[in-house]
Amino acid sequence: MSRLEAKFISLRKAGRKALIPYVTAGDPIASVTVPLMHDMVKAGADVIELGVPFSDPMADGPVIQKASERALVHNTSLHDVFAMVKEFREVDNETPVVLMGYLNPIEVMGYAKFAELAASAGVDAALTVDLPPEEGAEFVAELAKYQLDPIFLIAPTTTEERIAKLCSVASGFIYYVSVKGVTGAATLDTGAVADKMAAIRRHTELPVGVGFGIKDAASAKSIGAVADAVVVGSVLVKQADAHQDNPDAVSPAICAILSEIRGALDSL
Amino acid sequence: MSQQDSINDFMNMPDDRGHFGPYGGRFISETLMAAIEELTDAYESAKKDPEFLAEFDHDLKHYVGRPSPLYFAKSWTEKLGGAQIYIKREDLNHTGAHKVNNTIGQALLAKRMGKKRVIAETGAGQHGVATATVAARFGMECVVYMGAEDIQRQALNVYRMKLLGATVVPVESGSATLKDALNEAMRDWVTNVDDTFYIIGTVAGPHPYPAMVRDFQSIIGREAREQIMEQAGRLPDALVACVGGGSNAIGLFYPFLNDAGVKIYGVEAAGDGIETANHAAPLCAGQPGVLHGNRTYLIEDPNGQIIETHSISAGLDYPGVGPEHAWLKDVGRAEYVAINDDEALAGFHDVTRIEGILPALESSHALAYVTKLAPTMNKDEIIIVNLSGRGDKDIHTVAARDGIEF
Ligand SMILES: Cc1ncc(COP(=O)(O)O)c(C=O)c1O
Repeated sequence: MSRLEAKFISLRKAGRKALIPYVTAGDPIASVTVPLMHDMVKAGADVIELGVPFSDPMADGPVIQKASERALVHNTSLHDVFAMVKEFREVDNETPVVLMGYLNPIEVMGYAKFAELAASAGVDAALTVDLPPEEGAEFVAELAKYQLDPIFLIAPTTTEERIAKLCSVASGFIYYVSVKGVTGAATLDTGAVADKMAAIRRHTELPVGVGFGIKDAASAKSIGAVADAVVVGSVLVKQADAHQDNPDAVSPAICAILSEIRGALDSL
Repeated sequence: MSQQDSINDFMNMPDDRGHFGPYGGRFISETLMAAIEELTDAYESAKKDPEFLAEFDHDLKHYVGRPSPLYFAKSWTEKLGGAQIYIKREDLNHTGAHKVNNTIGQALLAKRMGKKRVIAETGAGQHGVATATVAARFGMECVVYMGAEDIQRQALNVYRMKLLGATVVPVESGSATLKDALNEAMRDWVTNVDDTFYIIGTVAGPHPYPAMVRDFQSIIGREAREQIMEQAGRLPDALVACVGGGSNAIGLFYPFLNDAGVKIYGVEAAGDGIETANHAAPLCAGQPGVLHGNRTYLIEDPNGQIIETHSISAGLDYPGVGPEHAWLKDVGRAEYVAINDDEALAGFHDVTRIEGILPALESSHALAYVTKLAPTMNKDEIIIVNLSGRGDKDIHTVAARDGIEF
């Protein structure tokens, strides 16, 4: 059984909503990332989404764009990201790690090599924002050879027909992008999210996570009421920006926010 | 047998998923998928609709001033002492470049789809001006994204856009040039996907843009084909055009792709030289990758990060290239070469002084290649070079190189 599957089964048993923090690997410096991952688990993270920096993050708002830029000042590469996950796995062999990013670094490495190296580092899944299933068959097949899950996005604009198609190729969990826009942008319409959630659940038994637009304990709680997992990104990454000159302060600042959100989710 | 010999129809690309061989496609976030499908359906129906095509032709004739002349450059031909050089005068179009052919097509489509707001990215500002122009005419709200660095070097066009009622948004992220403007336009589109039409300025982006923009720009090659038959009584031996994203080039090339005797040369910007790190020549010195919605040749580092490009001409300063060019290169139907900043400037001065035509710095790359190519050809051979735009916008850049400040 994959780590993701095992995690969601145990969460379901415990009646607990999954909290999935997003941070960009190597932001603001490489040495921050692995300790931060461990700290986030202690603060209540169930799955970690680790961003692979890219020079042209088209789906991201200014906060995560800047995180990529900071990480790229040190040339944080896919190889570096694998090394971080490997180090994380020396201590934590349970918390699933999802790599999130754009296709080109993977394309240049080669799908087969990516899948092999990701699996041997202890990565569990890959989410490539700019790879829809129509273009993704080859990539998905390579991931499958190593039991890595391809995570696909569903958006407010996704038709029911496409929801069915996406659900048929996805594994691990489904990621619902709750707003039309880039990361860290607009405000959330919880009612609309609930409607879409129902449509998605008609097509899949997979757990459904919701991301984009979750800013604090209150919005996490209202989304947690309808979703299996809540993804939080920009509010956390803002802390890396605020403390970029004092990297030791990044993890405590991020974990303080996570703890609060954890508390709100546990009160459901 | 080379790949070229085994292909007998170069004009049937892309496939229905937007693939030109391994290139092209639709590499976009899920949020845009519905909008791209809506656009594809709208374009597929429009291009078969005689009413739409008639309106497009009407505007090209009466608003743009087409057909643009095919001009025999007698003095320049004599000076170079080789092939006869014909210049396709896209600089004489309304707004001063080929870009308007495409913005008219897309704006008509936007109108047909009921979209009231258009957005665009721009490098040299020519596409921004051409978009602002059609938006003004159709009463559409218009937002143009432009790299902060390009705003500096193309100040004239920035002001033109403002006069036309467009909002010009400076893009500070990344390298603050054309690729970043494209990123920002994509972000706008994702956010305002319900009411906004994204008018992409070149044959890049996700399917159907590369094919659609090519179709709109192909008027250049269709006219040139007719004009050369009329003037010279035969097809040309070579075509030359500059390649940024590749829209003016594919516009000229496409109607000749199946004419085996016509050699095709796309000219990229070599900046300081393709042997240096400062160029914008992905076909000559890049590798395949995925950016801005399609798979194509890119200028990237070994980790797949896009590298900042350099060219004296803002309109060629882009790390990618249209996927059809990537395919034409691989199958050997077209040859891609590079011209550096100094050579382009020399081409600019030559044609200005010898023919009395002041070309855009983008187009000057194509002209500079002609100065190399023509002398290697016979006097009875014919070259058609696309003069994609006029050079007024570049006067400051040229003057600054000569140490002149206004
Ligand atoms: C006059 C002119 N020529 C060429 C280009 C390059 O674009 P493309 O390669 O799409 O023709 C531009 C772009 O701004 C331009 O303004």
